[in-house]
Amino acid sequence: MSATNAYDAIIVGGGHNGLINAAYLARAGLRTVVLERRHLVGGAAVTEEIFPGFKYSVASYVVSLLRPEIIRDLRLARHGLEILPLESTVTPLPNGDYLGRWADHDQTRRDLYRHSPKDAEAYDDFATLMYRLAWAVKPLLGIVPPDPLSPGLRDLKTLLMLGRHARSLDEQQFHALFKLGTMSAADYLDEWFESDPLKATMSASGIIGTFLGPRSPGTAYVLLHHYMGEIDGVFRAWGFARGGNGMVSESIASSARSHGAEIRTGATVERVLTTNGRATGVVLEDGEELTAKTVVSGVDPKRTFLGLLDPEELPEDLVEAIRRFRIRGSSGKVNLSLSEAPEFSCLPGGGPHLRGAFSISPSMDYLERAYDDAKYGGFSRRPYMDIVIPSMIDPGMAPPGRHVMSIFVQYAAFDLKSGWDDAKREAFGDAVVDTLSEYVPNLKGAILHRQVLTPLDMQEQLGLTEGNIFHGELTPQQLFFFRPSPAWADYRTPVRGFYQCGSGTHPGGGVCGASGRLAALEILRDLRRRPRGRP
Amino acid sequence: MPAPSVVRGTPFHERTGPLCQAGNWRRWAGHLSASSYEPTHEHEYQAIRSACTLIDVSPLHKYRLSGPGAAALANRVVTRDVDRQDIGQVYYTPWCDAAGKVRDDGTLHRLGASDFRLTSAEPTLKWLHENARGLDVEIEEETEQVAALALQGPRSRDLLQRITDGDVAGLPYFRVMSARIAGIAAEISRTGYTGDLGYEIWVGAADAIPLWDALNAAGAPFGLAPAGMLALDMARLEAGLLLVDVDFIPAHRAVIEDRKSSPYELGLGWTVSLEASNFVGRAALRAERARPPAWRFRGIVLDWDSLEAAYATVGLPPQFPGTTLRDSVPLYAGGRQVGYATSRGWSPTLKTYLGLAHLEAESAVVGTELEIEVTVEHRRRRARATVAKTPFFDPARKRATP
Amino acid sequence: MSGCDAVVIGAGHNGLIAAAYLARAGLRVVVVERGETPGGCAATEELWPGYRVDTGAHSLTGIDARVMADLDLAGAGPTPGGAGSKGAGLEIMSSDPCVVAPQPEGGALVLERDPARTAESIRRFSPRDAARWPDFVSAMARASRVLSVLYDTLPPRLAGADRGDLWELLRLGARMGRVGRRDALELMRLIPMTVEELLWEWFESEALKGALAADGVRGICQGPLASGTGYMFLHHMVGAAGVVRRRRQVRGGMGKLGAALQRVAVAAGAEVRLGHEVASIRVEDGRATGVVLAGGDEVAAPRVVSSADPGRTLLGLVDPGELAPEFVRALENIKYRGVVAKVHLALGEPPRLPSGGDAAQAAVLAGAAITVAPSIHYIERAYDDAKYGRPSERPVLDAVLTTALDPSLAPKGHHVLSVAAQYAPFQLADGSWDEARREALGAAVVETLAEHIPRLEGAILHRHVLTPADLADRFALPEGNIHHGEMTLDQVFFGRPVAGWARYRTPIDGLYLCGAGTHPGGGLNGRPGAAAAARVLRDEKRRQD
Repeated sequence: MSATNAYDAIIVGGGHNGLINAAYLARAGLRTVVLERRHLVGGAAVTEEIFPGFKYSVASYVVSLLRPEIIRDLRLARHGLEILPLESTVTPLPNGDYLGRWADHDQTRRDLYRHSPKDAEAYDDFATLMYRLAWAVKPLLGIVPPDPLSPGLRDLKTLLMLGRHARSLDEQQFHALFKLGTMSAADYLDEWFESDPLKATMSASGIIGTFLGPRSPGTAYVLLHHYMGEIDGVFRAWGFARGGNGMVSESIASSARSHGAEIRTGATVERVLTTNGRATGVVLEDGEELTAKTVVSGVDPKRTFLGLLDPEELPEDLVEAIRRFRIRGSSGKVNLSLSEAPEFSCLPGGGPHLRGAFSISPSMDYLERAYDDAKYGGFSRRPYMDIVIPSMIDPGMAPPGRHVMSIFVQYAAFDLKSGWDDAKREAFGDAVVDTLSEYVPNLKGAILHRQVLTPLDMQEQLGLTEGNIFHGELTPQQLFFFRPSPAWADYRTPVRGFYQCGSGTHPGGGVCGASGRLAALEILRDLRRRPRGRP
Repeated sequence: MPAPSVVRGTPFHERTGPLCQAGNWRRWAGHLSASSYEPTHEHEYQAIRSACTLIDVSPLHKYRLSGPGAAALANRVVTRDVDRQDIGQVYYTPWCDAAGKVRDDGTLHRLGASDFRLTSAEPTLKWLHENARGLDVEIEEETEQVAALALQGPRSRDLLQRITDGDVAGLPYFRVMSARIAGIAAEISRTGYTGDLGYEIWVGAADAIPLWDALNAAGAPFGLAPAGMLALDMARLEAGLLLVDVDFIPAHRAVIEDRKSSPYELGLGWTVSLEASNFVGRAALRAERARPPAWRFRGIVLDWDSLEAAYATVGLPPQFPGTTLRDSVPLYAGGRQVGYATSRGWSPTLKTYLGLAHLEAESAVVGTELEIEVTVEHRRRRARATVAKTPFFDPARKRATP
Repeated sequence: MSGCDAVVIGAGHNGLIAAAYLARAGLRVVVVERGETPGGCAATEELWPGYRVDTGAHSLTGIDARVMADLDLAGAGPTPGGAGSKGAGLEIMSSDPCVVAPQPEGGALVLERDPARTAESIRRFSPRDAARWPDFVSAMARASRVLSVLYDTLPPRLAGADRGDLWELLRLGARMGRVGRRDALELMRLIPMTVEELLWEWFESEALKGALAADGVRGICQGPLASGTGYMFLHHMVGAAGVVRRRRQVRGGMGKLGAALQRVAVAAGAEVRLGHEVASIRVEDGRATGVVLAGGDEVAAPRVVSSADPGRTLLGLVDPGELAPEFVRALENIKYRGVVAKVHLALGEPPRLPSGGDAAQAAVLAGAAITVAPSIHYIERAYDDAKYGRPSERPVLDAVLTTALDPSLAPKGHHVLSVAAQYAPFQLADGSWDEARREALGAAVVETLAEHIPRLEGAILHRHVLTPADLADRFALPEGNIHHGEMTLDQVFFGRPVAGWARYRTPIDGLYLCGAGTHPGGGLNGRPGAAAAARVLRDEKRRQD
């Protein structure tokens, strides 16, 4: 074994969390290497020029809740991260009308007022409450979940801090939090609003990445996340990374490299090496071995515990917990190259709305029916879609005059009744294009290229088990100290020196990065290193 | 379908637009509203106090309550006793949430036994509906349908009387009447936000331009001038009138408890009728009434000499604001912070530097000496200020009926 | 005008239990009931001469053991002479096997009280599941034991908690600690689950999962793929003595429960006025001062305890002007969404499953509930219809041959089959329930049942259908909801009936709720009535101190 293969820390998987983890470890002075299976880093946050001149944010397509402390600590702006605003969300309606929510309060109010005067008013009341609650919940994103079974002093301190924080809420706010934690998005929004397209579009954020319908309890909580951005101050929490979402990963990688981390692509880790219950390194697919006392997995819990390790090395109850960890994929992605700008019949011509998002969610029943199609093992014939046109925000994404369109699609079951194949993938793509064409008449004629990703493709190409974009469903029983399993939600594992830092750990989900950072801080704690090591 | 315009002109915009030489517009509830028409607002202010002015207040939210349950709804919402409101009477009133904290304030016009117009700063449609449970009442928003024009100033009565068929001269303070102005059906209320003699005129949006033209055609001899928000802000400070979002935060927009105020804490105890109807928040206000409120809302007058002294330390004469300041600054008594001033500004009429302030009760006695923080050339200084009664300016003509 | 110390609105089981406790504590109690018989949903009606039918609930998991003991409900009843015993004479009978679940491809799953015997039945569907069954039963029993601790606890106030509240919270923590931290944590994990997820962790057999999942959706307008249905499954395990899908009924018909409770309440000194409807609750200066009856009579009392549902009590009987708009809004937002219909059949012969299912046939004749829910997806598809406002084309059925355990309910040799069918949404997408829809519902239920009981149609002598709208009218169930409010996660514990008011009190001083719409909710368990009475008495004590 050559000395060059000896590291302080090895990170398995170069997704954004793995890269963040590596950057923090390298910054603290650890000799760190990131091993990425693909030819580029980023995991699900990659920009690829699939067709010449057209750059796709292949999977993940917006920056949501990327923690501001990460942007600061890793100086991501200096490393090329530029987040451009996504200012509006327009919901086209079948009757040719639309419902828009815009950056400007007055404009939003006017648009909502057209649909329902009461909703225009309720929307502000709702925002006031959500703003307050988002602030109350935010600390959760920055703490290591306590161990509920045998809490230590530190865990008790965490609980006390949370308790104190909760007590700052007044009664009404507290009850609202209880409701958000237990209700369906549909029911919670019904308590506030009457306009169907508004409720449907708002509730859509609660179903993204889950295999639940908007009427299923547990989907309301995510409504808060939409307001989380407002309390992150000047860091625009919802936006579009210039150059596509791959630039998020690139900027983190660049930061990591600047601190001395090594990033190896085309390096598939076969398994983690252990001796006497302690991690000692990894072995790659080609047999090459790398050694380190710290090994960190950025891949999902199933792969981490059941793939990289031999389950024999783990306690039985943990293996059982990971086996039953639900990770059903529910979404697909379609990326289009267009010869001309798409024209929405509800808002013909160009305009600032094209720089925003479009949500195909005209009614609650529409979303429910989309879910119905998929829940027995199919895909939605008329799906929910969240659309952005990156080339409208960043002209560099497509050749001059041409455009790229990113379409997030839900629902599509991973375990399609008869399995996914090429024909089914195309049928899925057709369903997306056909449905969208009802709102964008010039779409079909403008399509130059089409890339369709089914949940199976996301598993095969991006390493997302069952195509789940969050490394595990974000249901209450899989959050906080349950993520991925009680007693092992603090980023550690039963194998000493082996850690988890992917989205399958708290808080998980989206390009948030908190998992990667919190895991790094825990590792440094175990190594008794100050996070900042070298000055 | 085109995207909605972000802001809209009011029904008077066709006239006010070209008049706005200053190009100084602001937004008011999604409408364009002139900060000043002339390049400076000084004349507009003077016209309020010495001649008469037209102020476009159309962006106010307006609701019509009618039907057998209208009075019950009004009584349920506002803190005042609507059973004692005469037809043709206008109430200034706040309204509260169940905890007795002020959501908003506005005017309630009783146009008939079961016919009311409520004006408000904040949208209030949903709140009205929520309180109308079990009542036979129709609630109609008429914000866009009704144009509102304030005619304010000592000469306003003479002007209006000249072109009205009704007895405007006989209209008492806080009363409303129907009349025709140059043939246009209107409601005229003896109300306003200037603390001076004045009227507010309510007409259908389609009649806005004819009304404007009629008033202007007759107005020259009375020194009529349009006035914008900057002038109005100075006048309302002199009158000690509250401004939403500046002097108080609506309870339903307050993110934290400390930002909420009860009517007693805003000096509006006189509007609270605890014995009459069971309005929203009554139980909480009864409990509050039993013990004196912790906070008071008062006027303050800044001491010129101490202001001069503070500026003298850097070799400058006192700088005073040409407009009403809306940032909040701390107030001290005995070295301890005892409150904060919300609105501050120079009164050209009274030649004093005034403010409105939230004060802890023990420091709110009129005449109490305070210190106010002033920033002098990037440095924090304190000047003396005295607790004063509001209104600062209260001319007899405001209420007088000849 | 008459006066007393407390008026109880409604003589359903919770109202009568509350009345009995209050009367025993020395209060002068008047119970006012609009119906002519006590018992509310525990009703037995002679629909056809000789056939006594449980038209409301036809099974019960079990009245809370403490209530049973406190009120001596099981004690020997009055002898024909009327003298002697103080007990109520309530006899609760259990069926074993509990459930028989016939399958479309033939055969039937039988769930018995003995896990080993049940495992034998499961083995034919999946040996793996059979092996897991005993562990599953004990895991669910452990989880329900923790849940029962929560059920015996007044939901602590979290927001604005004072020292007393914190003390309660600590005590709750200690009690939870006693049942075991690991079990408590496991319950916390199970509660938000879908019943599909819960069962998926254990089983592969659709027959088994379907038969169990039926309990997870009972009375709620959700399918088994919706979160919170795992909780609903566990709710049915509380008080079931560790028996999965326990089935019990009252000898002589469910109506005997009301009669027994009335006897207990009256014996304790309460007055029960049947056939009087409360028109309004009188409120003076924020305090309840009594009730006004439909005829105009008034019953004055410083306390009013209502077993009617929260909406009916506070929005229907109280002037909305007495309540804060925020509170009114919370009440209006309570979800009821009744989805259960009842079909009652008088049969000339016992129902016979197709040949080959001897154990299954024996189970039917032993009083096991016939559950038609052959898979999770079957239930979900039934829910799909309801989601869009239509009754299920293929409903989920829970059919009980009440005469199997108690032949006295029908003429000799004849039977009564009582069927609870789900989903029949109270709110239809196209119009409202009428005669034609009622009959179509009855036909769909019989047709579905007949797939498993081939000779059923020939055996039917009479058919009687209660739609959710009928249930709403007959038993004052809000939107026909059998639990006085959907038992979804937001509407249980802290959230029952509405967040902030989960402790039986209301914003009106002296007005209390004691029905199924309060913690810990529906089912014939009597806990809300008992807990509400305890709350009234504690407040009374505090007032006197």
